[in-house]
Amino acid sequence: MDSLSSPASRFRTLSGIPVDAVYGDGPAPGEFPYTRGVHAEMYRTRPWTMRMFAGFGTATDTNARFGELLAAGGTGLSTAFDMPTLMGRDSDHDWALGEVGRAGVAVDTVEDMADLFAGIDLGAVSTSMTINGPAPILLAMYVVVAEEGGVDRERLAGTLQNDILKEYQAQKEYLFPPRPSVRLVTDVIGFTTAEMPRWNPVSISGYHIREAGSTAVQELAFTLANGFAYVEAAVAAGLHVDDFAPRLSFFFNSHSDLFEEVGKFRAARRIWARWMRDRYGATDERSLKLRFHTQTAGVSLTAQQPEVNIARVALQALAGVLGGTQSLHTDSFDEALALPSEDAARIALRTQQVIAHETGVTNVVDPLGGSAYVEWMTDEMERQATEVFDHLEQLGDGSLLEGVYAGIDDGWFVGEIADASYRHEREVNAGERIVVGVNEFTEGDDPSARRLLRIGQETEELQRKRLATVRQGRDAAAVASTLARVAVDAAESTTNLMPALLEAVRARATVGEVVDALEGVFGTYVERAVV
Amino acid sequence: MSGSTDRPPVRVVLAKLGLDGHDRGLKVVARMLRDGGMEVVYLGLRQTTDTIIDAVEQEDADVVGISMLNAGHLTLGPRMVEALADAGLDVPVVIGGIVPDEDLPAMANAGVAGVLGPGATAEEVVACVRAAADARG
Repeated sequence: MDSLSSPASRFRTLSGIPVDAVYGDGPAPGEFPYTRGVHAEMYRTRPWTMRMFAGFGTATDTNARFGELLAAGGTGLSTAFDMPTLMGRDSDHDWALGEVGRAGVAVDTVEDMADLFAGIDLGAVSTSMTINGPAPILLAMYVVVAEEGGVDRERLAGTLQNDILKEYQAQKEYLFPPRPSVRLVTDVIGFTTAEMPRWNPVSISGYHIREAGSTAVQELAFTLANGFAYVEAAVAAGLHVDDFAPRLSFFFNSHSDLFEEVGKFRAARRIWARWMRDRYGATDERSLKLRFHTQTAGVSLTAQQPEVNIARVALQALAGVLGGTQSLHTDSFDEALALPSEDAARIALRTQQVIAHETGVTNVVDPLGGSAYVEWMTDEMERQATEVFDHLEQLGDGSLLEGVYAGIDDGWFVGEIADASYRHEREVNAGERIVVGVNEFTEGDDPSARRLLRIGQETEELQRKRLATVRQGRDAAAVASTLARVAVDAAESTTNLMPALLEAVRARATVGEVVDALEGVFGTYVERAVV
Repeated sequence: MSGSTDRPPVRVVLAKLGLDGHDRGLKVVARMLRDGGMEVVYLGLRQTTDTIIDAVEQEDADVVGISMLNAGHLTLGPRMVEALADAGLDVPVVIGGIVPDEDLPAMANAGVAGVLGPGATAEEVVACVRAAADARG
């Protein structure tokens, strides 16, 4: 009975059996190469951040959803922007018709950003912003909103996705050609390294690669290759690897094959640690530790019998936790049909809470470590990913950055992903893979029971009015001169663009105006259409 | 009569209309239609009604397929149908993407010839496009 009163007894099974932090031999969690986790105690000392992605309608609409999520026990914020914002277009642009506020929140100016975070202490929460092409502009807006509200930039904690390479490979939300776009990424890295020590300047994302149809190996390999490419780009821009690498973070998908996913997460940590130490010469332990956010696989959600998605999400979330994620978003069961309704978003958050507080999986670090299958899968993931790195290195004459550029330019990434996607589709179509409710067990679907979130057309009109008001109320000459400076600084490849961007958004320049100024220098990117 | 040899293959222009970059579904559909014996003109991302109409005219297409993930069907679908009509082209429009059941009547009223949702099989995709082409007469 002694163990029940010792500190270790805090961690007991449901039946009262005391359990240790870790079982098995070999390098422990928190030790190089971190296969078993980046911290020795993992969730015993710090649970993952339950970071729910939200955004729809106007900034005021999304601000209310943020409030609900924080009140329901969410511990971080994550912002989804609408398609015009993601593509650097204002809500009154022709291209924006029908898309304003539909798949995320509309942000045109710093005033929208202020409304988005109204009533939230930016010095106290951590915020993730899922944006890539115009990422430096949105970061500048966030900094200006914080500073106008009395919070210094060095206190701001959060993550900017800012991962442009995967846009050319998978998500397709690019604005400019790859090389000037990577310069924008390194400008952000340089800026936050110097001035925002609590900020993660890039979230190197496999999520979208997987959603576009890749395999787990492709997700792992392409994502880490992109990570290495950013390291090479930042070093080439004059930064020291240990000054910025500790703040690089990752974002992975958690799909339905549980052990494959766990192997993927474990292999990711091991590969990153080895490459950062051995190839890029990092010596700060924090540079070697791959920290990541996980989101369950939106693409696995079915429109048929959508309630079944709750089970899929729970199992995928469990894989992320067993894989040692630092933060987690669980998808809402209705997402194959519409943006998440409030009820569905709450169930998704509650799913994480069940895993964290009821299942006991948090009591032991890397509980699957030592399983012959999981260890083999981890090795196999690493082996197959290494084949991809070898290919890219060859394409780039020894440089991963150049190899990734080459793979984008010649359509290699999109071709690989499209092949994998079609292979999967054919297997489902042929009944070789069962998708419950879609090609098997199909009875019991009741479309009439669905209560979906609808975004009305009035959002678009409202947002355009808000934008018009900001345009009328600002100093037009100041806007013009700050935009001119953006163009001048953009043309000078060794100048960090962030100061010019901060000045422009502070003067109430719109996202679209800043993008236009940059586009004038950088040009646009049109992909070769590959089926 | 599907797959009959006495008719030329159905020619389909496939495009993403607007800003949305989610092209996984459209690419899968392109391969399904090809494997189903159709000729696919794949325009890819960020097309406008004008670029699609140009392609329809140049390629003498029988059907236009547009794909969207962002609930843009209520605005972009009817706009595509109208633009084709305004250009004097009798070419049916098939929409792929997430279209709630309750929007189906509105799509039909707007003149959209077919809607393909998540989970559509290759056979359903090919049949839907063929039906649209045949209805054109």
